[in-house]
Amino acid sequence: MEVPILKQGHYLIASIQSALTDADLSQLREALIERVGRFRARGVIVDVTALDVMDSFAVRTLRDIAHMARLRGAETVIVGIQPEVAFAMVQLGLTLKGVSTALDLEEGLAFLNVQTQLRIDRGPGRLDRG
Amino acid sequence: MSRPSSESTADRDASTVADDLLIPITADVDVVTARQRGRDLAAEAGFSSGDQTVIAAAISEIARNILMYAKRGEIALSVVANGDRQGVVVVARDQGPGIRDVPRAMQDGYSTSGGLGLGLPGARRLMDDFDVVSDAGKGTTVTMKKWRRMNA
Repeated sequence: MEVPILKQGHYLIASIQSALTDADLSQLREALIERVGRFRARGVIVDVTALDVMDSFAVRTLRDIAHMARLRGAETVIVGIQPEVAFAMVQLGLTLKGVSTALDLEEGLAFLNVQTQLRIDRGPGRLDRG
Repeated sequence: MSRPSSESTADRDASTVADDLLIPITADVDVVTARQRGRDLAAEAGFSSGDQTVIAAAISEIARNILMYAKRGEIALSVVANGDRQGVVVVARDQGPGIRDVPRAMQDGYSTSGGLGLGLPGARRLMDDFDVVSDAGKGTTVTMKKWRRMNA
């Protein structure tokens, strides 16, 4: 099932609605990275609230999305990891190191606002990257 | 870990509560089906939602291993009772190339597929009992169980 990607201002919001196959996850990665360029997005939010399991492939794909988006000039934040999912992830040894996370969509937006404001404060030259 | 699949005494006493649910694993959508069925079965057997998630995550790792290494196989799910304990039993079977070095495959970060190398060791950490039997050229069977105390 294809994940809908919404554009809101300078941000892209991918809201996962149901369980995803590996192919769906890979498709989401390609779509997001392409759209970061198309919409000149500065931030990406991936909302995983609806995911009841995150295994090693899902975590690796989310990590790849965050790193690829950063290379394209956009910050990524993963929001909505459920408590049981977090527990199982830690048991599996999956940590999402180097990837920003926030409790929910609201916190994720607040986080991106701070991150992108920092970029603006550093000067206009930084904005032309990506 | 690669010892023959000799069932322990405790397992001989265990009685099957729910019949085997057999899920063929031939495509990535089957990985999702297997872990959802596992979660449903665990819920029916009275496992907490935390344990349901843990069981589903372990099934996901093991089912993906089948796809990556053997291309096809199957996952059998069942519920057993043993005294005051009830358990979800997950058996993953394939006739793939087998695991050459089982102890090594059980180590974190060891992978021959370019993955994270967390499949087997991760699933072992998630479950209570974990057993791998593998014959080079003949295939691999992973048996894993999660227990809960009844009336708890």
